[in-house]
Amino acid sequence: MSKHTLSVLVENKPGVLARIAALFSRRGFNIDSLAVGPTEHPDISRMTIVVNVEDLPLEQVTKQLNKLINVIKIVELDPSAAVRRELMLVKVRADAETRGQVTEIVQLFRAKTVDVSPDAVTIEATGSSDKLEAMLKMLEPYGVKELVQSGMVAIGRGARSITDRSLRAVERSA
Amino acid sequence: MTEQAAAPAPQHAGPEPMTGAQSLIRSLEAVGADTVFGIPGGAILPAYDPLMDSVKVRHILVRHEQGAGHAATGYAQATGKVGVCMATSGPGATNLVTPIADAYMDSVPIVAITGQVSSKAIGTDAFQEADICGITMPITKHNFLVTDADEIPRVIAEAFHIAATGRPGPVLVDIAKDALQARTTFRWPVEPQLPGYRPVTKPHAKQIREAAKMLAASKRPVLYVGGGVLKAGATAELRILAELTGAPVVTTLMALGAFPDSHDQHLGMPGMHGSVAAVTALQKADLLFALGTRFDDRVTGKLDTFAPLAKIVHADIDPAEIGKNRTADVPIVGDAREIIADLIVAVQQEQTAAQAAGERRFDYGAWWESLNAWRKTYPLGYEEAPEGMLSPQQVIERIGQKVGPDAIYAAGVGQHQMWASQFITFDKPATWLNSGGAGTMGYAVPAAMGAKAGRPDTQVWAIDGDGCFQMTNQELVTCALNNIPIKVAVINNGSLGMVRQWQTLFYNQRYSNTVLHDGPENDGKGPAAGTRIPDFVKLSEAMGCHALRCERPEDLDAVIEKAMSLNDAPVVIDFIVHQDAMVWPMVPAGVSNDEILAARDVRPDFGDEND
Repeated sequence: MSKHTLSVLVENKPGVLARIAALFSRRGFNIDSLAVGPTEHPDISRMTIVVNVEDLPLEQVTKQLNKLINVIKIVELDPSAAVRRELMLVKVRADAETRGQVTEIVQLFRAKTVDVSPDAVTIEATGSSDKLEAMLKMLEPYGVKELVQSGMVAIGRGARSITDRSLRAVERSA
Repeated sequence: MTEQAAAPAPQHAGPEPMTGAQSLIRSLEAVGADTVFGIPGGAILPAYDPLMDSVKVRHILVRHEQGAGHAATGYAQATGKVGVCMATSGPGATNLVTPIADAYMDSVPIVAITGQVSSKAIGTDAFQEADICGITMPITKHNFLVTDADEIPRVIAEAFHIAATGRPGPVLVDIAKDALQARTTFRWPVEPQLPGYRPVTKPHAKQIREAAKMLAASKRPVLYVGGGVLKAGATAELRILAELTGAPVVTTLMALGAFPDSHDQHLGMPGMHGSVAAVTALQKADLLFALGTRFDDRVTGKLDTFAPLAKIVHADIDPAEIGKNRTADVPIVGDAREIIADLIVAVQQEQTAAQAAGERRFDYGAWWESLNAWRKTYPLGYEEAPEGMLSPQQVIERIGQKVGPDAIYAAGVGQHQMWASQFITFDKPATWLNSGGAGTMGYAVPAAMGAKAGRPDTQVWAIDGDGCFQMTNQELVTCALNNIPIKVAVINNGSLGMVRQWQTLFYNQRYSNTVLHDGPENDGKGPAAGTRIPDFVKLSEAMGCHALRCERPEDLDAVIEKAMSLNDAPVVIDFIVHQDAMVWPMVPAGVSNDEILAARDVRPDFGDEND
């Protein structure tokens, strides 16, 4: 199995997320992560879906996704030609004695301390899965009290945009 | 769906003030819907008021929503137009689930319109509330929840457009009661706003040329034809292509009538109960030319041993079907009619080029020798019934012979369906309706009703089993009351015949719960006592039908003729047939098609005993 990152442009309508999630589940495909949010166009939302499948099932995934009426476009992002980021918020045990060490780790990973209390600090970090994993490993000895992480979002490098043509289609139909 | 994609002439209207319900009925009229099968109820009630005044839309009041759904499907398959059914919220809508799933599996264009509780009550577990959009999400091509009356015309236009174009399928429109009651303005035509829906109909020229080249070079090709050819209205083109190339043709269960059964190049139906010649042709072929078909498991048997020697040209309107079950060497996405039309030209070019070069191309002489030998040695046939009893195959075959190729035949699901597919000669498109993908028992009577409503001048026969008949026969009341005089042949063997056949073959003749109408004293081993509960003759008479019974071979012709002569009401014939008849040939589930049995314990000899 190998991981693939799909950027999916969808109509910003109620129920679209349910349609996509249900499609994955009924066709037996596993979602590793899914992130959804608005784009530069109010009528279009963008999903970044990471799937763990071989090449042939991947073709089925994209073809079946394309059949959903609300799906406008699907692009597989090549990891070497895309910027891929996740967001992590993590609450780590830190008292007066260890706070300095934790803060040092935060700086090493260019993360941010966003909340502090006498026994804990909350850290915000963005980056690739690898970077976040490495940071987490460093923090674990101090005691991770709570962890929340977003799905991956990704965008292709360079000047080209995957939304240009789709926007025109949406505007034509509006 | 080239033909039915042609929308009715746009009628310009509006803006006119009216209610959402009136706007719905006007939209249905504008989109060309002439028949709606349905039952009213609380949430859809506002729509039924203006429906009463419509002179363009005929509403047929069914007895159960499932009947409405299958009737819409039968109507669509018989007419090539979009079928429409209507139901109220909650249980009304959920009763449509089976026919919607059925239409989805067989790619039949229907639009289901359901009432929904008021938009303010959605999500509160209100009386007769069901999330029908959520429920039907995996079994519709698309569905809509409408809570704003202004959206009704556009959504109806989009629903019909989606249902009929590309790969056809069911679309559900769920409309909240307050949207039906609200004031709105009606405008027509409306432009669909579907930026993500662009079905490809025009095939790629390079792929077409490649396919024609492969056909030219092939020694053992088969045109493997599916229901897509019927839906695209491509039967005339298919015949030209077949006769131009001389290649053999097999038509799947969904494609019967796409190529004349009586044509010399037709080998029959492939699959679990296909003819030996058709199944074997696919197994031995060096090229499968798959047109509008999806390599369904009932056709392929064990997939990794299916057509092991064949290269695959796969043409379909749905890109997701190509490569789903079997990798295609030449994939072609497009409408079957356009594809076949382009192929004809490409094949002619290949033939001209071969002639100029003095090469032997499209040379299938040796292949036909094998095919003809299989056909001759293993023709379709059946065992005689015990003395004095009717055999089910004989009944069905005789109906086909007497009623002829112009009638429409709708089958339920099971043995009688397979025998109908085998022993009725289908020579014309849109004459065979059945539940192929979903295998929905109870399909025949309501589907026949829908077909007859859509084509009242055509004789419509339901070939049903006694198990299926007991699931949906109440629609005969609808037929009787609405002047829809269908004929129903109940092939009554007193049991769930296909399941019984599997019990005979694979469960040591232990007939667990497959004997339908005998008493509790039956031990499941002996023959059914035949209590005749229910008495189908009395039952049918009670529903306003003519009812006949036939038990002896010598009465068969007279009974069929009598049924054909009665046209003022539906006719039901209770054919009492012997219960041990089995469907042959058969490929047992999950094994290779090479293991086909021509009859019980009879494996055809292909001269490959040493391989």
